[in-house]
Amino acid sequence: MKVEITVNGEATSADVEPRQLLAHYVRDTVGLKATNIGCDTTSCGACTVLLDGEAVKSCTVLSVQADQQSVTTMEGLDGAADGRPEHPVTAAFHAEHGLQCGFCTPGMVMSAVSLINHDDELDERKVREGLEGNLCRCTGYHNIVRAVLVAAGKDPDAAQQAEAESDALRTAPGFSRGEGA
Amino acid sequence: MSILGTRVVRTEDPVFLTRGATYTDDLTDERLTGALHLTLVRSPLAHAEITSIDTSAALESPGVVAVVTGADLDIAPALLFPGANKAMTRQFLASDRVRFVGEPVAAVLTEEFYQGEDAAELVDVEYEPLTAVIDPLEAVRDETLLFPEAGTNTAAAYGHGTEPDPSWFDGCEAVVTQDIVNQRLAAAPLETRAASAFWEGDRVTIYLSNQNAQGGRDEIAGWLGLDKDKVRVVLPDVGGGFGAKIGSDPEFALVAWLARRQGRPVRWNESRSENMTGMVQGRAQRQTVTIGGTREGRVTHYRLDVVQDLGAYPRLGTALPVFTRMMAPGTYDIENVESRARAVVTNTTSVAAYRGAGRPEATAAIERAMDLFAAEIGKDPAEVRRLNVVAPDKFPFQTKGGAEYDSGEYAKALDLALTEAGYERLRAEQKARRERGDVRQLGIGVSSYVEITGGGAYAENASVEVHDDGSVTVLTGTSPHGQGHATAWAMLASDQLGVPLEKVTVKHGDTDLVPQGGGTMGSRSLQTGGVAVHQASAELIDLAKQRAADLLEASVDDLELDPANAAITVKGVPGAKSVTLAELAAAEPLKVDTTWDGEKPTFPFGAHVCVVEVDTESGKVTVERIVAVDDAGPILNPLLCEGQRHGGIAQGIAQALLEEVLFDEEGQPLTGTFADYGIPSAAELPSFDLVEMTTPTPINPMGYKGIGEAGTIGSTPATQSAVIDALSHLGITHIDMPLTPLRVWEAIHSAAEGSK
Amino acid sequence: MIPLAFDYARPDTLDDAIALLAEKGEDASVLAGGHSLIPVMKVRLGAPEFLIDIGRLPELSYIRLDEAAGEVAIGAGTKHRDVVNSELLAAEVPLLPAVARTVGDPQIRARGTLGGTLAHADPAADLPAAVLALDGTVVLQGPRGKRSVPIGEFYTGVFTSVREPDELIVEIRIPRCGDRGWAYEKFTRRSNDWGIVGVAVSGDRIGLVNMGSTALRATATEQALAEGRPIAEAAALAAEGTEPPSDTHGTPEYRTHLVQVLTRRALETAHGQR
Repeated sequence: MKVEITVNGEATSADVEPRQLLAHYVRDTVGLKATNIGCDTTSCGACTVLLDGEAVKSCTVLSVQADQQSVTTMEGLDGAADGRPEHPVTAAFHAEHGLQCGFCTPGMVMSAVSLINHDDELDERKVREGLEGNLCRCTGYHNIVRAVLVAAGKDPDAAQQAEAESDALRTAPGFSRGEGA
Repeated sequence: MSILGTRVVRTEDPVFLTRGATYTDDLTDERLTGALHLTLVRSPLAHAEITSIDTSAALESPGVVAVVTGADLDIAPALLFPGANKAMTRQFLASDRVRFVGEPVAAVLTEEFYQGEDAAELVDVEYEPLTAVIDPLEAVRDETLLFPEAGTNTAAAYGHGTEPDPSWFDGCEAVVTQDIVNQRLAAAPLETRAASAFWEGDRVTIYLSNQNAQGGRDEIAGWLGLDKDKVRVVLPDVGGGFGAKIGSDPEFALVAWLARRQGRPVRWNESRSENMTGMVQGRAQRQTVTIGGTREGRVTHYRLDVVQDLGAYPRLGTALPVFTRMMAPGTYDIENVESRARAVVTNTTSVAAYRGAGRPEATAAIERAMDLFAAEIGKDPAEVRRLNVVAPDKFPFQTKGGAEYDSGEYAKALDLALTEAGYERLRAEQKARRERGDVRQLGIGVSSYVEITGGGAYAENASVEVHDDGSVTVLTGTSPHGQGHATAWAMLASDQLGVPLEKVTVKHGDTDLVPQGGGTMGSRSLQTGGVAVHQASAELIDLAKQRAADLLEASVDDLELDPANAAITVKGVPGAKSVTLAELAAAEPLKVDTTWDGEKPTFPFGAHVCVVEVDTESGKVTVERIVAVDDAGPILNPLLCEGQRHGGIAQGIAQALLEEVLFDEEGQPLTGTFADYGIPSAAELPSFDLVEMTTPTPINPMGYKGIGEAGTIGSTPATQSAVIDALSHLGITHIDMPLTPLRVWEAIHSAAEGSK
Repeated sequence: MIPLAFDYARPDTLDDAIALLAEKGEDASVLAGGHSLIPVMKVRLGAPEFLIDIGRLPELSYIRLDEAAGEVAIGAGTKHRDVVNSELLAAEVPLLPAVARTVGDPQIRARGTLGGTLAHADPAADLPAAVLALDGTVVLQGPRGKRSVPIGEFYTGVFTSVREPDELIVEIRIPRCGDRGWAYEKFTRRSNDWGIVGVAVSGDRIGLVNMGSTALRATATEQALAEGRPIAEAAALAAEGTEPPSDTHGTPEYRTHLVQVLTRRALETAHGQR
């Protein structure tokens, strides 16, 4: 079946099997390899892209469902074409060490972009819950959460402090915050 | 000011955050053009004889080029771990018997990736089911044998030369014993296994997702009967490993073999569902601890018995008990320590390394034992630990486990963690909640740990070359899969050479570029490969001085590096003549190859405190806080070091609370997808509270120890202990991991039933 | 993993979709958000020969107040995210967006639809129990026209309902809740897991998640409340008449216990709002 999908602002089209997953359209048909596939069960979120502006798991969307729609991957963010992580989210992931092996990163970044787009009052708890659809096995999420807060224009130290103070058990601040606790 | 110890952001990240890293399945190497796609037909049964395989229908499926079975292979079955029982070999495609769900029985090669699964479903394999042995304690009894020709299910035994002496604990005032499950875990790197191969003449190039190119090359060459120089292994970016990507898997050799047979490149990238049964798993120990000592709290005797579940074919799991036994006494100065271990095969996925590999199991056992002992004598668990840790003036300390601890201040680490957590206040809060009878009870778990890093492979090589444009190339035998070596090794070279970071390129993971290397595992990289880079860079400056001496008409002793200009100049003479490293390199190649051999492992240590709330009505546990003191000596890059600790802590909490690989009685996986296997998301974890402490090792000139696994080793017992601590007033002294809501509620429920 | 091959059509109108469904019969499956169907097809537990994509029909995506009927009407193709974000629903039937917020994760909520999850008939799903607590009605449309089925009569078993193979869910109608108290207690290991047990309360109606082969009402508890018995006493009856499943996350005994705890908590929250 013929599909026409705008990918990172560029018109693309191809004759695809109806069963083709959008993740494979992006990776194999268009040849953009940042988007990864990490599971079979819509669990890990490594394949997250924006579809008409909403974060979706591209392993659970058929290419034919995305016909005449618009996809954004990490390669479509500001600066990416020049190899410079200049989008607020990618810049913050860089500065805050929000990635290690990098496999979850393209999906995590796109989820973060969507999360920030949808909520301008993010705090640590909301960021953690907002990323519940993306698994990372390397970072323990600590620095990912910081990066998303930074990208949302929040002070991550203050946000972590606020989360800590919301719980009387946390008697000392002591979060790792840049200079080491 | 030195760049060492500063928070340098990663040089690899701009690519990772724009076009993305290049993993094995992303490769667009033109020599892979037209590659066939491999899909493996895997056994649906845990233990069975194969009676027939009919490939005819699959061969008719669209796009199928070949269907290969074990009968077509000329690769001899291999013993995948040299130290195991020699009869326990694995076929590269099972042709007579399958021993775990997921074992490959046929290989389907198709033109397109999507055609593979369709065709694989059409391969008709007939099986005659055999009794499956899933429980390692049942496997020990040898009633059903996986390898009848071996005559036993035991692949290796350690310390079983003498029988336990029943009177050993007779002099102790208090003795506690406990059976403990250290459950099986899936490493679950986000990138599953992948390989691709092409031949050029009689030489094969294999791309792998792996932690050690050189080790993988050696194994593949051995299995395929090739000279090592006929095999080139290249590791592109690797999407996490955590120990499960150490060594070659049989599938990798199969990919190379199939590429030769078909005369075409072959690509393979497994699905997550395949990965959850096909990739090696970790931990999987059954332990019995017995601990004895005085009522004052001095521990004098400790015995550890281990049954290591190896899964179907012995792999690196066979060696896990060696580390578990060595680290058995943990941070404690215990006069009498003994341990025994038996490693047995079962009809499950093979077991190998997972973050910590043998040491978390040792730590979990001794830390549980310490808690049980403290409870038995009615003392505070932190106080009992403080009473028993090795004193700082005793280092180097020869333990009764057989290790020589290099350096440590265990009581200091413990006190730092307790102070940061506000231990006294937490205990007061706990008491108040108990008195009020709150539904949400508070638990405080304390762990003191020491582990071994760089164990087994103490030497590593490095090559540093300055080019005539002033740029630098570093070659290393270590092999990153997320740790940030490109940044860290560049910092080490930059520090010695005075060359800016952005001019340093770090290369690794290609056996043509780096023929020898130990890879990245066991938290070894910095103390071996990192120190080698430091040493090579220092040696390169010595070489540069020798070359510069004539040019500058000065003696070598009067020369020094001008770090601002990456030049050699005369000491203490402002405006003296100088020559840059680049100029020297233009005259003659300026390169040093070196090997650093620390000759010993190092022993990082620390203490963690975990605070949990337990909903006593539902059994749900919430981690409120974790405080981690992790001392691995001086820190090269705090950003990277903290990242390692964060990730380790998360995996430790995950073992304590969420994750467990389960099989049913027939050996069918119950946790075969990410929907079933409980990897935590950000929503299940708090931010982590890290406390710094620095005790150098005397083993290497930088004082560096390893940090990759420490977080996991410390946080697991602290978290488990915290949950049990929250329920101790109910008479609960032990709950096995993972402490799921179901398991916690069952413990509360039976404690309530018991007290009626 | 990828699905077996199938044919696909995306009709432009609801009438075309219904006609196509009638034509293709049982070989066809209806694709809305696809977040129940595609996963099942990827692991090859399901292999429909034809997919009819209704996911982009504007006729099925709406949230309206029907003042005359005293109900809100929600198009079956309305995505969970739109349910979550609806101010109308938050004002009129606040339980529904609160429950929809707990479905899956943000990406799943961006694709999954209310009609889709109701049609899938998974007893572990959140929204069927919520609609049950809300006394909602499922509107079906097929070649023989439209019919309305109260949610309490809709389900027949695990993954089965009274929906005929040639019928589509087109609308869900829910009576306005006024100032009735409400609460949803969902118990999971991880935040985006399926509920081990869930309890949805709207006033004194109680819907249970994962306590049997379909979403269930806690009728004994409802009865006890109607008789004026205290919440704790009534909640202790929540498992009566249920047949909770057994899996790695929970034994029937555990679920029987949990449902009482969660029902008590949900009722306390709901009554606290009065």
